[in-house]
Amino acid sequence: MNGLMEFVNGLWDFQYTGQVLPDLFSGLLVTIQATVIGYAIALTLGLLIAVVRRVPVFGTLVHFLMEFIRTTPLVIQLVFVFALSPANISVFTIGVVVIGVHYAAYTAEVYRSGIEGVAKGQWEASRALSLPTSRTWTAIVLPQAIRRVIPALGNYLIAMFKDTPLLFAIGVVELLAVAQQVGSKDFRYVETFTMVGFLFLLVSIPSAIVIRRLEKRYVAV
Amino acid sequence: MSPSDTPENTTAPGVGDSAADGPLIVFDQVVKRFGDLTVLDHLDFDVAAGERVTLIGPSGSGKTTILRLLMTLEKVTEGRIDIGGEPFSHMPKGSGLAPASESYLRQRRKSIGMVFQQFNLFPNMTVRKNVMEAPVHVLGLSKDEASARAEELLDLVGLGDKVDAHPTQLSGGQQQRVAIARALAMRPEILLLDEVTSALDPELVAGVLDVLREVAETTDITMLCVTHEMGFARDVSHRVLMFDQGRIAEAGHPDQIFGDPQEERTKTFLKSVLENGH
Repeated sequence: MNGLMEFVNGLWDFQYTGQVLPDLFSGLLVTIQATVIGYAIALTLGLLIAVVRRVPVFGTLVHFLMEFIRTTPLVIQLVFVFALSPANISVFTIGVVVIGVHYAAYTAEVYRSGIEGVAKGQWEASRALSLPTSRTWTAIVLPQAIRRVIPALGNYLIAMFKDTPLLFAIGVVELLAVAQQVGSKDFRYVETFTMVGFLFLLVSIPSAIVIRRLEKRYVAV
Repeated sequence: MSPSDTPENTTAPGVGDSAADGPLIVFDQVVKRFGDLTVLDHLDFDVAAGERVTLIGPSGSGKTTILRLLMTLEKVTEGRIDIGGEPFSHMPKGSGLAPASESYLRQRRKSIGMVFQQFNLFPNMTVRKNVMEAPVHVLGLSKDEASARAEELLDLVGLGDKVDAHPTQLSGGQQQRVAIARALAMRPEILLLDEVTSALDPELVAGVLDVLREVAETTDITMLCVTHEMGFARDVSHRVLMFDQGRIAEAGHPDQIFGDPQEERTKTFLKSVLENGH
C-alpha cells in the first residue's frame, strides 16, 4: 500500500501543481485573448468575404485565395507570415491576425451556405419593393442567413480556441508556451501538461454547452 | 357580376377614359427565352391605365413570365416594354436605346407592386415592419408616417389586430393579405398578382379574393392578374387574355371569354379548369 502511494506521489505532486497554476492561468489569459480577437477577425472578415464572393471575377479570385488558405496548414501560414513580417510587429499581433484570417476562410463558407439558404422569394420580394441592394442585404438576407448559421459559427470558435497552441510556434507566450517553460525549468512535465489539458477543458466544455443551447434555439426557426 | 366600369366595347381592349394619353403598358414584339425554351413568342399587347387584365392559360404558357418581366425579375430576350410612354425594358442612350441598367430599373419599377404565390413575407420582421420597410427605405417616409400607413392598410385587409405578429404566426391567407398590404403601401400605379391564391388552403381563398375585390373597386390601380379563379377573373377584370405557348390565343371581355369562347384552345382550357374544381 505504502509502495503504491509513493509511486503515485512520485507521478503527481499536488503542492507543485498549486505552484505552477498562477503561471498557467496567465498563459490561459493570453490564449483566451488570442481566441477572442482572432474570432472577431474571423467573424467580420468571413462575412465580408462571403458577400464579396458573389461579385463576378473578383469573387472568384477571393474564392481561390480562401481555398488556398483552407488547404494549407495553419502552422505553416503562421511561420511564413512571421518570417516575412517586420520586426516591430509583435508576435501576438501576427499570430492573432493569421489565425483570424485562416478561420475567416472557414466562416466565409459557413456564411455562404447561410446566404444561399435564404429563399429566392426573399430576394424577389425585396426587388419588387425596390429596396436598395444594401438594405436587402442588411435587413433581409443577412439577418436570416446569420441566424441559421450561429451554431456552425460557434463550432469554429471552439476549434479556433483549440488551435491557439499553434501560436507557440512563432513565440507567443500562451498557455502551452508557459507550460513548456515551467516544465523545462523544473523538469516536471506531468503536472504542468495535465493542467494545460484540464484548463483547455475548463473553457471548451462550458463553451460547447452554450453552443448546443444556441443550436436548439436557432435551428428550429 | 360585371364591374360598374365595364367598357362598352366588349371585343376591343377595355380602354379607360384617358384613351388619348395612350396605353400605360406596351409590349412590343417581346420574346423571352430560357435556353432553348421560348416562353414568350413575339408578344404584342397593351394595357390601359386603370385597366384590370386577367391572364389565363395552361401552365408554361408564359403568363407569369409577363408579370416577372414587368417586375424586372427577368429581362426580355428581344423586343421591348414601355410603361407610361417611356421605355422600361430599355433606356435612352445617345440617340437610341440600350438595355436598361440596374439603377434605371430601380427608379422605374417603384410604381409597380407585386404579390407572389408564396407570399414572400420577410420572416425576420413583424407584420408592421414588413409593410413599413419599403415606404421608409424607398419612398423616404418617416417611421411614424409609414407605421400609420401600415396600420391603415392592415385594417383594410382585415388584419388590424395582427400588426405586431410575426408572419410565421399567421395562416397562409393572412400572410397573403399582409403581402397585399405591403405591395399597396408603395402606392403602386400597377399591381401584379401572380397566382396569389394558388398556395392557399381552399377555405382561405375567399378572404384574399375579397380583399382584392375591395382594392379593385376602391382604387384605380392598373392590375395584371394571373389566376385560376375564374369567378374572380370574371368579377373584377375588364379584359381576359388567354395564353397558349407564349402567344395570346384569344382576348376579350370576361363575359365573352367565359361565356362564348371562340378558340378551341380556350374552350379546352376552360373545360379542364372547371373539371379540376376551380
